[in-house]
Amino acid sequence: MSQAETASTTIGGIDTSVMSNAILRSDRFRVEREAEWQRLDTIITHIEKGRTRRISDEDAMALPTLYRKTVSALSIARESSLDDGLVTYLESLTLRAYYQVYGTRTSLGRWLSEFIGGGWSRAIRAIQLEIWIMVAIMIAGSVVGYVLVDQNSDWYFALVPGEMSGGRVPGADPAILKETLGGVEEGSEDGLSVFAASLFSNNAGVGIFAFALGFAFGIPTILLEIYNFTLLGAMTWVFVDADLGVEFIGWLSIHGTTELLAILLAGAAGLHIGRSMAFPGQLTHMAALQKAGTQGALVMTGVVVMLIMAAVLEGFGRQLITGTVARYAIGYGLLLFWIVYFVFAGRGKGSAQDDGNSDGV
Amino acid sequence: MACNASQSRRPNGGYSPKLHRLMVTPEGVGLNIHIASAGARAGAVVLDLVFIILIMLVYGILLGIIISNFNIDENGSFGSFLLVFSIIFWFVLRNAYFLFFELGSKSATWGKRILGIRVASRNGGRLTKESIIARNLVREIELFLPLTYVISTSVQGDISNYAVLAGAIWVAIFLFFPFFNKDRLRCGDLVAGTWVVHAEKAKMTDIVASSESMTSQISTDYQFSDAELDIYGEYELKTLEKVLREDNADAERAVYEAICNKLGWMPGGGDERAFLENYYTQLRARLEGGMRFGKRRADKFDRQD
Repeated sequence: MSQAETASTTIGGIDTSVMSNAILRSDRFRVEREAEWQRLDTIITHIEKGRTRRISDEDAMALPTLYRKTVSALSIARESSLDDGLVTYLESLTLRAYYQVYGTRTSLGRWLSEFIGGGWSRAIRAIQLEIWIMVAIMIAGSVVGYVLVDQNSDWYFALVPGEMSGGRVPGADPAILKETLGGVEEGSEDGLSVFAASLFSNNAGVGIFAFALGFAFGIPTILLEIYNFTLLGAMTWVFVDADLGVEFIGWLSIHGTTELLAILLAGAAGLHIGRSMAFPGQLTHMAALQKAGTQGALVMTGVVVMLIMAAVLEGFGRQLITGTVARYAIGYGLLLFWIVYFVFAGRGKGSAQDDGNSDGV
Repeated sequence: MACNASQSRRPNGGYSPKLHRLMVTPEGVGLNIHIASAGARAGAVVLDLVFIILIMLVYGILLGIIISNFNIDENGSFGSFLLVFSIIFWFVLRNAYFLFFELGSKSATWGKRILGIRVASRNGGRLTKESIIARNLVREIELFLPLTYVISTSVQGDISNYAVLAGAIWVAIFLFFPFFNKDRLRCGDLVAGTWVVHAEKAKMTDIVASSESMTSQISTDYQFSDAELDIYGEYELKTLEKVLREDNADAERAVYEAICNKLGWMPGGGDERAFLENYYTQLRARLEGGMRFGKRRADKFDRQD
């Protein structure tokens, strides 16, 4: 056997000078293909180091073919070569090439423009059912909060944490209440801005919690949303009681339409995860969680943007714009914008440019 | 065909065999991967936090210079704008940091790169951008939210011990989550369908005992009979390959004597490398010849016939 192996050092007229270096059949297999592997290695190294400009067009075109040839060479090497160094190298090269060939095909910037150009709206349209559930919860929660405090104003103190009310309590002097709805007063700017910022982290917190708690089959998400909207209802009652209902809603709407819509979407995304886990359909539980999780993540990224917008409106817009009519105009103008954007953006483009993973429906 | 006995015995490069997995690519070929240990994961996230905090510090110093040089009233409207801007900047920075690097071609943050690990898709399919977004968004819940909550409430001064405790328990649950599943997944990985693996990079090695190096030896006339080659299997061949690659005279001498003893030859001197290269080549030729007929011999104890 060994004599037969060592005897022949050339085959089929292929570069005999290189061939003569290989004694074993498996070494000849390697010598024949080495150049391709090294070419793939160079391309992959360039990609890994972010030097994609240095890859020639031919190399870029050849990448998938080179990758598949290497994968196939790995399979053959495993079954025919006992050169451990070679098999280890091929495994490492295949894995590196696999990561690039099946890696994320985008940069942060390109992903963002695709996302704003319709990816986000498509993701939101895909969780419509949960959005309607959340709308129902939102309305029910606000009504319950309002009615509870209307029945017995002690409920207010049970619902609203002390630091959040800031003097907005049942039976408070309407003048003081009106003041809390006003614009900027001398010297109090800093406090207001911080209040806005901390509310921002509060709301972002609520939104992200609502999403995360979807893990527990969505039940904590629903409870959290009910609580938050009950709180809203309770606070509304305080102002309506003081005949400041219209002003309060204006004060709330300038940023609130964006903010509450964001929280609603976050809750819907969380609920979507919970529902997918409870009722995975044809998929396994893990696969369903994964599908809903990535879908939800898309929605949530947009939610964070909305919350930042809302915080800016809350921190500055509300202090600068004190007219109730202007506040209504901005608040509901934005709401209209969001609805039109979510309903129509990215329609028709479909999932063609997507990986097929983001469109759930 | 991808998974067989010889591969599972491959040296693991120091990784725990418990964390070894076979990931099947869309082409249907199994690739050996090693899941990053909890220690490597923790190290990476600590390094990333250090980098983020360093960036924040640079930002803070710049902000301080601007405020002192332009006589900005910290309590004025521009001062409060800067404060709000800083809070948003902190939020955007920590998220953009992870997203930017993990969406890049290395799918790894600086911390992960230093520790040689990266994010990969768990099912062997494409690593989608949505997965990256999802796994990082959940980090926000696992780590930053409770931390921010505890820090901001304690700064305001009205934090109860229970709240600190609750925050600590919250973080601890997510922190130790990877220990309770075999794939070392954190919640974010679970949701996103990802895992974190070692990013190995092996160099192309030379052919061991190529005819070039063998003809340069003084003697190339060692011939071993089939019976003399049959005493070893693939495991011993790989060990021999390693010894030959290391090119350490003492180790070669030891292996040479061991093989000679096994063969019943009298160990001579001065020609160890030529002997080993010859033995290696002929043993490999014999074992590979067997492989082509579907006969494999894992090691010297493996006697099928």
